Amino acid sequence: MAPMKLYGWVVSPWMGRVRVCLEEAGVEYEVVPMSRSGGDHRRPEHLARNPFGEIPVLEDGDVTLYQSRAIARYVLRKYKPELLKEGDLEGSATVDMWMEVEAHHVEPALWPIIRHCIIGPYVGRPRDQAFVDECLGKLRAVLPVYEARLSASKYLAGDDVTAADLCHFGFMRYFMACEYAGVVDEYPRVKAWWDALLARPSVKKVIAGMPPDFGYASGNIP
Amino acid sequence: MKLYGATMSWNVTRCAVALEEAGAEYEIVPINFATAEHKSPEHLARNPFGQVPALQDGDLYIFESRAICKYAARKNKPELLKEGSLAESAMVDVWMEVEANQYTSLLNPILFECLVKPMLGGTTDQKVVQENLEKLKKVLEVYEARLTKCKYLAGDFLSLADLNHVSATLCLFATPHASVFDGYPHVKAWWSGLMARPSVQKVAALMKPSA
Repeated sequence: MAPMKLYGWVVSPWMGRVRVCLEEAGVEYEVVPMSRSGGDHRRPEHLARNPFGEIPVLEDGDVTLYQSRAIARYVLRKYKPELLKEGDLEGSATVDMWMEVEAHHVEPALWPIIRHCIIGPYVGRPRDQAFVDECLGKLRAVLPVYEARLSASKYLAGDDVTAADLCHFGFMRYFMACEYAGVVDEYPRVKAWWDALLARPSVKKVIAGMPPDFGYASGNIP
Repeated sequence: MKLYGATMSWNVTRCAVALEEAGAEYEIVPINFATAEHKSPEHLARNPFGQVPALQDGDLYIFESRAICKYAARKNKPELLKEGSLAESAMVDVWMEVEANQYTSLLNPILFECLVKPMLGGTTDQKVVQENLEKLKKVLEVYEARLTKCKYLAGDFLSLADLNHVSATLCLFATPHASVFDGYPHVKAWWSGLMARPSVQKVAALMKPSA
């Protein structure tokens, strides 16, 4: 069985989301590195894999997939379906709910903050503090709900880790390395949940390839 | 089952389409935002973010429209998800993500400017509408190529991926900008096929666009 191939640059938070799931599932895979600054994702050979010209892309034999959450689901469904709880109507709905919450309430709040506060200084983009503050406001509105949820169970969909928790990894990794990490620190259950994720071998392995500055300071521009 | 929210919301009617196609027995229970009902303890118990839609099925409360749609499909019409097939379910998942992240993400600001803002006493920002229509055309090029190869988005079978597009698209057709589909004949044919479905006809009748 040939190993799966994952195309993209490993500093990408979307790549991080997928890689954590691959590691948790114990899947054999190889990363095919691509260059963002070199525009690899816009070349015809990549558009043939993903017509939207984005990464990550997964190849598993005949199957070529894109969209990080779709890739995550495929990998887990194939190798560690208990992380999706698909045999269980209520459990699977809970996993889906919290994956959707991350997609619509967390990633859209964290990504602009990360772009403006971590990446911006390296690429000469002036920070739009008003926009950053707006995104922080959205995050602050959401954190009490997470705190309440994580007071009821150790992880988002119950007492065991699921895809819902893992899908938060990429964006949380960078947000918690920025100057606003203290916002999350105000919520002890959320902080404990994040620390528990950080302690997982899968997360430690993937974080090793994701320096908190995306590699800009050392000249390893993605 | 009870689906909480107003039929004006394309997030609510996304769920109605799935519930209809799944043949689920459900009723729509409106939530009154004007009286802050969405922030009431009763509603926060259904959706802790104080939003709609929320679904109640017995003791179970589910929120986030696409999670609700998947629940309805899994419970009553699992063939819409193909979870028994690794390759087919993967394509359903890809196109459900594409709907959310590439398609509806662009329709949202268009629909807000054209349908919601005027209702709130504001003026449509045509620049925002045009910018997003231009981006949408690029996305529709990809859809056109896909639907030239396959009858539906995930393959030659109808899936929740197709159905999740319906509610926002119905709203697009209530704006002056439905003609954006004109350059994409396979997309138009796919849409006409979806429109002809009894479930979609029923939800279209439920919706009261404000434009």
